[in-house]
Amino acid sequence: MLSQVDEVASSAHADLQKVTGLDELEAWRVRYLGRKSKLISILRSLAALPVDERRDIGARANQVKNQLEASLAQKKEELDSSVNLSLTRESIDISLPGQPYHLGRLHPTTKTTREICDIFISMGFQIAEGPEVEWEYYNFEALNMPAEHPARDGFATLWVDYKTETGARPMLMRTHTSPVQIRTMEQVKPPIRVIAPGRVYRYEATDATHEWMFSQVEGLAVDKNITMADLKGTLFEFARRLFGTDRKCRFRCDYFPFVEPGVEIAIDCFMCGGKGCRLCGNSGWIEILGAGMVHPEVLRGCGIDPEVYSGFAFGMGVERIPILRFGIDDIRHFYSNDLRFLRQF
Amino acid sequence: MKAPLKWLKDYVEIDIPYRELAYKLTLAGLEVSDIKVIGDSWDNVVVGKITAVDPHPNAERLRLATVDLGQKQMTVVCGAPNLVVGDKIAFASVGATLMDGHTGKLTELKPAKIRGVASEGMVCSEKELGISDNHEGILVLPADLEIGKSLADYLADIIFDIDITPNRADCLSIMGIAREVAAITGKEFRMPDLSYKESARDIGSYAAVEIKAPDLCPRYCASIINGIKIGPSPRWMQDRLMTCGMRPINNIVDITNYVMLEFGQPLHAFDYKEIKGKKIIVRRAAEGEVMYTLDGAERKLSSDNLMIADADRAVAVAGIMGGLSSEVTPGTAVILLESANFNQAVIHKGSLNLKLSSEASTRFEKGLNPELALVALKRATQLMAELGGGAVARGLIDVYPGKSAKHPVPVSSKDVARLLGMDIQLPDIRKYLGSLGLKCSLDDKTGRILVDIPWWRNDIGCTADLVEEVARVVGYDNIPTTMLSSNLPGGEGASMVPFRQEVRDMLVACGFQEVITYPLTNLDTLKRLSPDLNLTGPQPLAIANPMSRDLELLRTSLRFGVLTVLARNQRNRESNIRLFEIGKIFIPRHKDLPVEQEMLCGLIDSVVPDTYWAAKSGTADFYSAKGVVETLLSRQGLQATFESSDDGALSPGKGADIKVNGEKLGVVGEVHPRVRANFDIQDPVFLFEIDLDKLKALSGKQQFIYQAASKFPSTGRDIALLIDEQVTYDRIAGVISSFPLVVDVKLFDLYSGEQIPAGKKSLAFRITYQAPDHTLTDEEVETIQKKIIEKLATEFDAGLRS
Ligand SMILES: [Zn+2]
Repeated sequence: MLSQVDEVASSAHADLQKVTGLDELEAWRVRYLGRKSKLISILRSLAALPVDERRDIGARANQVKNQLEASLAQKKEELDSSVNLSLTRESIDISLPGQPYHLGRLHPTTKTTREICDIFISMGFQIAEGPEVEWEYYNFEALNMPAEHPARDGFATLWVDYKTETGARPMLMRTHTSPVQIRTMEQVKPPIRVIAPGRVYRYEATDATHEWMFSQVEGLAVDKNITMADLKGTLFEFARRLFGTDRKCRFRCDYFPFVEPGVEIAIDCFMCGGKGCRLCGNSGWIEILGAGMVHPEVLRGCGIDPEVYSGFAFGMGVERIPILRFGIDDIRHFYSNDLRFLRQF
Repeated sequence: MKAPLKWLKDYVEIDIPYRELAYKLTLAGLEVSDIKVIGDSWDNVVVGKITAVDPHPNAERLRLATVDLGQKQMTVVCGAPNLVVGDKIAFASVGATLMDGHTGKLTELKPAKIRGVASEGMVCSEKELGISDNHEGILVLPADLEIGKSLADYLADIIFDIDITPNRADCLSIMGIAREVAAITGKEFRMPDLSYKESARDIGSYAAVEIKAPDLCPRYCASIINGIKIGPSPRWMQDRLMTCGMRPINNIVDITNYVMLEFGQPLHAFDYKEIKGKKIIVRRAAEGEVMYTLDGAERKLSSDNLMIADADRAVAVAGIMGGLSSEVTPGTAVILLESANFNQAVIHKGSLNLKLSSEASTRFEKGLNPELALVALKRATQLMAELGGGAVARGLIDVYPGKSAKHPVPVSSKDVARLLGMDIQLPDIRKYLGSLGLKCSLDDKTGRILVDIPWWRNDIGCTADLVEEVARVVGYDNIPTTMLSSNLPGGEGASMVPFRQEVRDMLVACGFQEVITYPLTNLDTLKRLSPDLNLTGPQPLAIANPMSRDLELLRTSLRFGVLTVLARNQRNRESNIRLFEIGKIFIPRHKDLPVEQEMLCGLIDSVVPDTYWAAKSGTADFYSAKGVVETLLSRQGLQATFESSDDGALSPGKGADIKVNGEKLGVVGEVHPRVRANFDIQDPVFLFEIDLDKLKALSGKQQFIYQAASKFPSTGRDIALLIDEQVTYDRIAGVISSFPLVVDVKLFDLYSGEQIPAGKKSLAFRITYQAPDHTLTDEEVETIQKKIIEKLATEFDAGLRS
């Protein structure tokens, strides 16, 4: 039996010389060291042998097994390194540019509008929309700005060339998104929580800070027991989410005919931290929102009893936000559609 | 409105730092947009007296001024034209910080040699001191100032520039602002004394007033001051006028302007001797009436204008500007002083019609209270008697057809809590409102406070207005912060928004840049969308007051927008342009707002994505645009058919109508070469346009149901067909797909040319077969494939290409 062990050893060593790949090596392992191999079956049969025979053969067989296992490991290492060597010879220039996947981009106004709307949607607001060509009634009268109201001077209007039988000219390009407030309140009963993004138009000469077309987002919440404290909480939260949680907010009285009390919300300037710089016009504050409690006359005009219900409304310019954030020097870039500008967003 | 702190202090004590005051005013609604500190750099500027003026030895236009500073005398070189011996002036010694008269920058004064003469200081102009922009000559100080004293003791001031909102015309006055300061700082407001002595002669013997248009003139008050001596007004008054941006003229005009700044009421002084017939008539202008205004211009008036007239003719355009004929001149001795109230609308319209706006008209336009007219008249009359040396006629003229009873406005703790979310007790509400000069009384029946609105507050009319007043005094920064706790709304919001968002995102994923263009255009541009330059589509709505010839019409198409943007960017040497716009077009309707149709329009230029080193470049074509449309529709679960289009903007034979269930959604195709040329585009471009409202309606109808994937393997077979060139792909694919177990048909090669007979083409398809319930055998597949080939042969005379 001892000779059988030696035979296994010599033929195994001879065969191992011929192995050139990992598959062959595995076959060799099964043949000489597998559960059904000669060597292993000899080792298994040791128990049946007389004691002295068992000791000699056992020692020899174990020695051979150890040798073969060592040779196997050594051979595997040799083969592995030669595979890596040949793969390395096929290596590529990983510095060459990757295949381009052409992705388009959203217009910065669209992106910012979404960002604003998403914040309010997360606070339970729904989106509403209204026409861009409006009746004077919705744009002014219903918002507590009858003809000759001094506040109308702030809304240089593009009028549509349409006359009624009486010679009135009641159709216009909306000057703000606030008419959507009225249309919403006429159609829906409280509780109301809507935001209305959209484009607005002014009769205005364009320059670096003025554009005759721009975008606004309007907001409205009406129900029982809505207070100015709710307005403050909601809009401060909005400002912090949009501009960062470390921003400070300023809440001051302002006048818009369709709200009372009226407010303006500003954040501390993120350029100078409130010390005053060119961006904030040296005031340390950047105005971002006009708002207020919906005027009782506006509610009444929409068939909502101001003794029972109250609400707040707000409005903000959209382009202003990327202008402030990214230091855009000229608002006219937005709608001149130069790809070199648009691609940056 | 400019508000100098020194002037405000005439009416209210100010003991907090000016920056804090500015912040409080801003929070309370009076936004301090600028603060000008005069004299904070005047450490080395003192009052001096010119004792001698000598010629400069080397320069004709320069002179040597000797200035007495009390302790010492200094001689400086000076170029100012108004050096007068004996005048008191502002003298800056070396080390003073002054504004450079030319550059406007603050610079430190250094010793200098000017044309060979040493100059150790400077006699200053207003601009150099930072008081005004005046650099014509030196500032001449009042004669009573003490020589050697710091200039800051006399002239330093802090000037707030305050933006006044349109509802607060009362704050277009120093008094109005002072009242606000008093309320928000808890100080008392001091009204100036308005008394004066009257002479014996009654005003009735001088003049009478008749208001023929009482709806436009609620009140007309007037006084007569006799024996006036026209001359300059005192320096303090001139200083205050200039600080507030007004030019001093003479004592009478200056007083009217001063009282306008002080009280907010515009006044007008007439030369009494030019008022014919001892009569003032307030009436509408006759159509085409002509008069000369103070600025010397001839004004043509219309019935929109309100006039002040005497017995013969118009003497002023009411509330806007006085007439030349009754102007106060050096020879004027008797003044008829007008303080009236005019309807805000008539002044607004009149000022627009005449293209003439004045300090007076801007105040009337915002709406003044008629009560103010009499108070301001008394003040101006007092000043004229005092500073013009006149005797005031006994009594005042006061015609007041528009007197209306003011109703008290109620407010309660509950009202405040309901709107502000703050619990404030009644006594505190009374205290806050009282600080603004509002008189409160308790209504025992309702438990509310009844508030009498004082004459200077035109803007308070309802409870909400009073709640704002409470908030302003409490301070907006003290309002609590809570989150909405009200119910969430029902309904689902505008469903177009998420749909549009999805379409945009898909196009961006397909490599398209979103653009946004103006919705206004002109007829020429719309016509360029047709090869023959005809207007296609509906007659667009026009703008009545267009800003320019390019922006006259509301667009009825998005096409010109994207074409223009593409052309513009090509000029910037951009290529591989893919862009889209989602926007509204405006289709006119009879006697109604236009239909605002939401459209998508996209454009692809003919260059495919930039050459990439491992792939070949090529050109985009019709199918590049069609692929986008197919992707878009398939995402909505829709399958479109494409039918030859007669859209004039597209190349004949290379344009398709996009139809779903027989309904046309839009078009896709190559832009007609002539249309392309109309927009200065050289190479072919491909356009798609889809009506998003229709697309959304159709996609909403699709009911989506999940289908389990087959557990059994699919198998593919290729066939290459030789077929007549006229037979379109969709007919062949349609036949193949109609067979059972065919789950997919893909065209993978299209070829005509060499090796293909003339008039024929070769199409190669990969057909995928799969059964839902078993593994297909080769025999099964072969049987179907054979049937397909037979059917194609009989239907289209198609043969197999070997
Ligand atoms: Zn800043």
